[in-house]
Amino acid sequence: MKSSDISVEAKGVSKNYSSVKALDDLSLSVQKGEMFGLIGPDGAGKSTLFRILTTLILPDSGVATIEGFDIKRDYKSIRRIIGYMPGRFSLYGDLTVDENLSFFASVFNVKVADNYPLIENIFKDIAPFGSRRASRLSGGMKQKLALSCALIHKPSVLFLDEPTTGVDPVSRREFWQMLERLKTYGITIVVSTSYMDEALLCDRVALIKEGRVLSSDSPRGVIDSYQNTLLAIWGDDMHSLLKELRSYNEVKSVYSFGQEHHIAIDKKLYNHNYIDSLTQKLEERGERNFHIKVIAPTIEDCYMEFSANKEGYE
Amino acid sequence: MNNNSGENMKPVIFVENLTKVFGKFTAVNSISFEVNKGEIFGFLGANGAGKTTAMKMLCGLLKPTSGRGSVAGFDITREPERVKANIGYMSQRFSLYDDLRVWENFRLFGGIYGLKEREISQTTERMLHELGFTQERNTMVKSLPAGWKQKLAFSVAIIHNPGIVFLDEPTGGVDPKARRQFWELIYDAAERGITIFVTTHYMDEAEYCSRVSIMKDGAIDALDTPANLKLKYGAKSMDEVFYQLANSKR
Repeated sequence: MKSSDISVEAKGVSKNYSSVKALDDLSLSVQKGEMFGLIGPDGAGKSTLFRILTTLILPDSGVATIEGFDIKRDYKSIRRIIGYMPGRFSLYGDLTVDENLSFFASVFNVKVADNYPLIENIFKDIAPFGSRRASRLSGGMKQKLALSCALIHKPSVLFLDEPTTGVDPVSRREFWQMLERLKTYGITIVVSTSYMDEALLCDRVALIKEGRVLSSDSPRGVIDSYQNTLLAIWGDDMHSLLKELRSYNEVKSVYSFGQEHHIAIDKKLYNHNYIDSLTQKLEERGERNFHIKVIAPTIEDCYMEFSANKEGYE
Repeated sequence: MNNNSGENMKPVIFVENLTKVFGKFTAVNSISFEVNKGEIFGFLGANGAGKTTAMKMLCGLLKPTSGRGSVAGFDITREPERVKANIGYMSQRFSLYDDLRVWENFRLFGGIYGLKEREISQTTERMLHELGFTQERNTMVKSLPAGWKQKLAFSVAIIHNPGIVFLDEPTGGVDPKARRQFWELIYDAAERGITIFVTTHYMDEAEYCSRVSIMKDGAIDALDTPANLKLKYGAKSMDEVFYQLANSKR
């Protein structure tokens, strides 16, 4: 990778809040035009990383650059070329939709009309409500307005901190279609999410835990690196099956996945007789009417595995 | 669920033609449904479909324009205060006081629900023990990880052992693992006979419900067990059911 292809780079970034280590020697790099996902548990340091990369706070140590600009020295240049949508709704609730958009345009010294084609697709749904106060918009519409405001100066890099939390499945899908369109403009997008189906839509994802990057790969690469044999089980009494399976030694983890449970078995302990013997064992314990089969892992299974591995208890 | 006596068969929530109109806008349009004791009832719908308005009426916080309903045996129009005293409520945004210690939050909410001092301290100890949080009893809530806060908030919401607890997007923004741990708490509570009324945007969580309703434009478009809904719409997952309903024109 040529350095000129890199849009966002962090090297050995650490940040402490009194006794809490928010970021611990974190490094990552995002290529130009890439859709890069940050996934990790609450408190993993994702928002702190966003605030450092957007030059709102300084790291205790380490360096980071955005489009070649240093976050400490060149913060003014960086602020002109990035868009940032924080986790919490951060527009002015007492201003109307139109006023919010004009305000953000004026802050960046552009006219709304200058870059309107970029946001047209997003803004057209809320344009009819131009004179409504932002605080009175529905969740999905607030999201669209916030994204429009973050884009009005046509940034090179867009930072989105959990943009779809609290957004319904249909609006979520729409939101990601908008992001796909933005990619065609060559905008680099760094986005955090707790929805694993969204992680799948990224070019690459970084799994972050306790302020460190555990893995950074394409979603396919993450899935291919999964180490266990995975089984799905479904039946009449799902809660009882879950508790029962938890007590078995060879079972590394059992989690519910919608209508099934996914059972991770250590590859070394799995053989072709395993499903039969597990079936027998469960039947002896009084479980009835259940089915088991081998399945391919999803990115969510990988996430569960990652977070289990590093925790030391399970 | 195992008890077939007449008392237990009475629905915990009973709603008939419940309607709320704001000016010219009908937020909730004549919805009717029942929720039985011990059920985990998923209340789904798109943003702006009217879920929050409906939930506020059920919790005695908003007076219906028309229609009627009872929750935990009390009429939501005539006895909203008794409804409030007999339900638990947990929201995604506001649930615990950050600037109070863990035990102080239990003490505060226990007091609000009129529990005696001894009851509060016994229940607090039992709940902290069950959660494995005993060592955190003196910790300020603000310094706890988000996943822990959710679990504490749930325990605090049921400190007065209500017949039903309302959970408004309890897992919004929570990572996959913490979400599952949270749902195990929900299951344990349901097994103890507490009825659960929950909203969520995670469609895998819809699968964990005994029954789900899906609201659209103020009305309930579908209500059944996840298995039956998938059968009816020829869908493989609740995700698909949701999309089909959202994209269908009424």
